[in-house]
Amino acid sequence: MLITNIKRIIKTGFVNFCRNSIVSISAVFVMIVTLTAILSLILSNVLLESALKQVKNKIDINVYTTVSASPDEIFKLKESLEVLPEVDKVDYVSREQALVNFKERHRDDSLTLQALEELDENPLGAILNIKANEISQYAGIATFLESESVLAEGESKIIEKVNYYNNKIAIDKLNKIINAVENFGFSAAIILVIISIMITFNTIRLTIFISRKEIGVMRLVGANNNFIQGPFLIEGIIYGLVSAILTMIIFYPLLLWTNPFIENMFFLDLLSYFISNSFKIFLILAGIGSFLGLISSIFAIRTYLKV
Amino acid sequence: MIYFDKVTKIYQDKIKVVDDVSLTIEPEEFVSIVGYSGAGKTTLLKMFLAEESPTDGYIFFESTDINKIKNSKIGKYRQRVGVVFQDFRLLPNRTAYENVAFAMEASGKTDEEIASDVPHVLNLVDLGEKMWSFPRELSGGEQQRVAIARAIVNQPDVLVADEPTGNLDPYNARDIISILQKINELGTTVILTTHNKEIIDLLGDKRVITMENGKVIRDEKGGYHL
Repeated sequence: MLITNIKRIIKTGFVNFCRNSIVSISAVFVMIVTLTAILSLILSNVLLESALKQVKNKIDINVYTTVSASPDEIFKLKESLEVLPEVDKVDYVSREQALVNFKERHRDDSLTLQALEELDENPLGAILNIKANEISQYAGIATFLESESVLAEGESKIIEKVNYYNNKIAIDKLNKIINAVENFGFSAAIILVIISIMITFNTIRLTIFISRKEIGVMRLVGANNNFIQGPFLIEGIIYGLVSAILTMIIFYPLLLWTNPFIENMFFLDLLSYFISNSFKIFLILAGIGSFLGLISSIFAIRTYLKV
Repeated sequence: MIYFDKVTKIYQDKIKVVDDVSLTIEPEEFVSIVGYSGAGKTTLLKMFLAEESPTDGYIFFESTDINKIKNSKIGKYRQRVGVVFQDFRLLPNRTAYENVAFAMEASGKTDEEIASDVPHVLNLVDLGEKMWSFPRELSGGEQQRVAIARAIVNQPDVLVADEPTGNLDPYNARDIISILQKINELGTTVILTTHNKEIIDLLGDKRVITMENGKVIRDEKGGYHL
């Protein structure tokens, strides 16, 4: 009996969706707008994250060691840095490599190169390039480098200079910008989702309002509430699923067209990301869409079930 | 048996639509309720269908106090009472067959029962050939016959027909009344409201209750007196 009823409810939901084509099309269109907003948000989040990651990658702390520091001492320092939870990785640049890099950087500056030639030995110390997991953690790492424990590692002083303090202002500013962008993105997402839910809810309420007389007739013919509202809930879910499929179809050519610009600006192939994650994205959209359709239908139909 | 016991209905604007009505309707009876518009006929039926509750008094169907039926049980009660309205009230996006089948689905009938009973009932009201038509493709008389088929398909104890001929021409009206008479002869109690004298004349010596300003002013067999 229960299975027969469920079968009838699902079938009626599908039949109603097809027969009320104009109402269904308008509901699906509104839902597509909502899902487009949500999908745009998901994709722009991916872009933002990729852009932030690139900016973050460009930031590091350089520790210039003294010329007298032995490789052993420097490696000891490197190891002690690597065990810090804040540190992502530490790259060692030897004195010789530092010289090669210096020469490369100043290859057009013959005066500097000439002055370098005059010296008997390599004036540059080895360098440790430190990358932290988060930008905010650089301050902690700098403090660690300044601390006595590190200085006491070797008998003599091995750190010549830490360039964090030169970069501090830039790092702090960038940190603030990144936090602001993340907070703004989150607030915008919340506002957009609330507006979307309200629009979808109102549209579905209208579609059910159109059927209010039918609902009254169904009750007078002796149908119970579950039997009446079931097909409306199924219709709500179908709105969500169909809209999710159509939104995916709309986005493909859109990305195909805009991808070259996006790749140019953000160095991210968004189209490949979209294609390789298409099933996951579809599940998210279909889930949000059908949940919205279902919840809106439940709330909208309650008003008319009290006859 | 249906029993109205001193039933009064006052709406929020304090107008007494039904005023102290007491009636008894026996099983298998054919009762017509007549009166001008606003006499209280439809409100009386709405209270019987549990669409409205009386301000005062009781309505019993057999031993059940209709006003005390829980919301979840109203569907079961309504499956025992078929209803036909002046404006047909068919489901517009369903065919004649599906409209009738809906009443059976709502009462939990199996697919086999539906497949055998629906065509049979539609044939009874002479719509066998139009069972796959949508209401918009049917004439008023045909729509009303679908509504009657829907009302009787679950073999209800009572059939309530609220001005069923109000939107029909005299030919179709006679047709509908003769269908109602047939249904009554098969053992279903019929309660009919109308303000059409010719319809009452067609019914011969059946019981006629006359209402005016919410009160029953006459209750006797045969004829229309207003």
